[in-house]
Amino acid sequence: MQSLLRNTVPALIAGIAGVVMIVAFFVPVAKPLQQLAEVWFTILAAMAFLIGGTNLFLHHAKKIAQQQAGWGFSAVTLVAFLGTTIVGLLKWGVPPAEKYPNVAWSGSYQEEGSALWWLYEYVMNPVIATMFALLAFYVASAAYRAFRAKNTEAMLLLGTAFIVLLGRTYAGTVMTSWVPDEYSALTFPGMTGVIMAIFTTAGQRAIMIGIALGIAAISLRIILGLDRSYLGADD
Amino acid sequence: MLDFLTTLDRRWIFLMMALAVAIPVLTQATFPEAPTPPTRAVFKAVEDLPAGSLVLLAFDYDPGSAPELQPMATAFTRHCCLKKHKMIFLTLWPTGTPMVDQTIRDVIDGEFADLSLKYGEDYVNLGYRPGNEVTIKGVATEIRKLYNTDANGTSLDDLPLTKPVRNLFDTKLLLNVSAGYPGAKEWVQYGGTLGEIKIGVGVTGVQAPQMYPYYPDQVLGMLAALKGAAEYEAALGDRYEQYRDPKRNAAILRMGPQLFAHLLMVGLIVLGNVVHFANRRRGVA
Repeated sequence: MQSLLRNTVPALIAGIAGVVMIVAFFVPVAKPLQQLAEVWFTILAAMAFLIGGTNLFLHHAKKIAQQQAGWGFSAVTLVAFLGTTIVGLLKWGVPPAEKYPNVAWSGSYQEEGSALWWLYEYVMNPVIATMFALLAFYVASAAYRAFRAKNTEAMLLLGTAFIVLLGRTYAGTVMTSWVPDEYSALTFPGMTGVIMAIFTTAGQRAIMIGIALGIAAISLRIILGLDRSYLGADD
Repeated sequence: MLDFLTTLDRRWIFLMMALAVAIPVLTQATFPEAPTPPTRAVFKAVEDLPAGSLVLLAFDYDPGSAPELQPMATAFTRHCCLKKHKMIFLTLWPTGTPMVDQTIRDVIDGEFADLSLKYGEDYVNLGYRPGNEVTIKGVATEIRKLYNTDANGTSLDDLPLTKPVRNLFDTKLLLNVSAGYPGAKEWVQYGGTLGEIKIGVGVTGVQAPQMYPYYPDQVLGMLAALKGAAEYEAALGDRYEQYRDPKRNAAILRMGPQLFAHLLMVGLIVLGNVVHFANRRRGVA
């Protein structure tokens, strides 16, 4: 019975949903079924936030309770998680909507000036921006220490990086401004365009076609119930 | 000297990078930008639409990508306001809703306050819905299946702008600002393939190579990274005199620090290799 609920039923749901989507693509009368499956998917996607949140809470609460290595970080995560959830759900500092001035919770939860807006604007926003900004420093350090022309492949990569780095700024334009217009493809911006439009595109297309074929094969295996890895570890 | 460079403390590199970025930021150094064909194509698509056309603006990014992408969102919205296009905003990212709000606040309620654009008539914010590709499919087939209300909870049937809109193909143009998944690629694959719609995208530098295979067929044009945003701002400046001042254009201002950061990177790569080969000659490395 447990195996039926844990494996067979989810595999059947996945299979039926997959077949519905394929059939609806070719048979227009099946479109309402497809739309129904999509609405269900959206509801499940919203529910996934709840499950994800619960998992996050349990995982970090366990780490704190058992005082595992790095439990302090878990405490910070939980405080941030619970704090954000509470101020969002209770709509702290949210003024009533203009339409319903006498209804306390009628305003939007992310109204300017609310606690949630404040958290986003003055905590989350600068924290994320700082984290990404730090990348510039580490990339520069890595460029100095690791980007070596050790072999032909590395030299090609190095040459391409040079052209694109210069071609994407005004420096590239100035450095090759002496090149006559009829040879504009030989300027740094011109060569950058050629690299992006021809070499990168060709490589990307090959990758995309490979991925698409892989997705089709995996999807078919899931629909037919041959691949159940998405259900978790096999017991 | 060679020993010093071989064991160079990385804090010197950090300091150089800090200066390379900080000095142009403080001096507000700007450089001319010439729009490339992918950028020009997006600009032309917005410019050539008849005034009052309905444009869907999907802002799929978060604060982490905002320095690169917010100028694109601002420029798109600014251009739509200049052309008096009607706008519908939405996002596929839960952290994208404040990005939409900020753009509306800065451009529609701020820069174009004198136009007194009315919510519900001139623009609507649909906000966020979970579901990624399925949300895109819903917007492309029957928008009310997923967005029966706007971000404020008002029924789409109660808003004059959205009342006649059934799906994506009732709009004239889709402008997507994208930082990754779900984003530009998914809009092309799950939205653009279901009918006839012009799609223009603005993407991060990392995402640009993934979008080149779709240009110029599935996407009519593309703003690639901060440079793409600066090119769009330059195109706006060429067409509308009030935007010629570089100080009004965030991306053009940010291209200064990017120029010096790139030059520093090139210099560091060259220096790193010189040190490496010099050491090899000495038999150290």
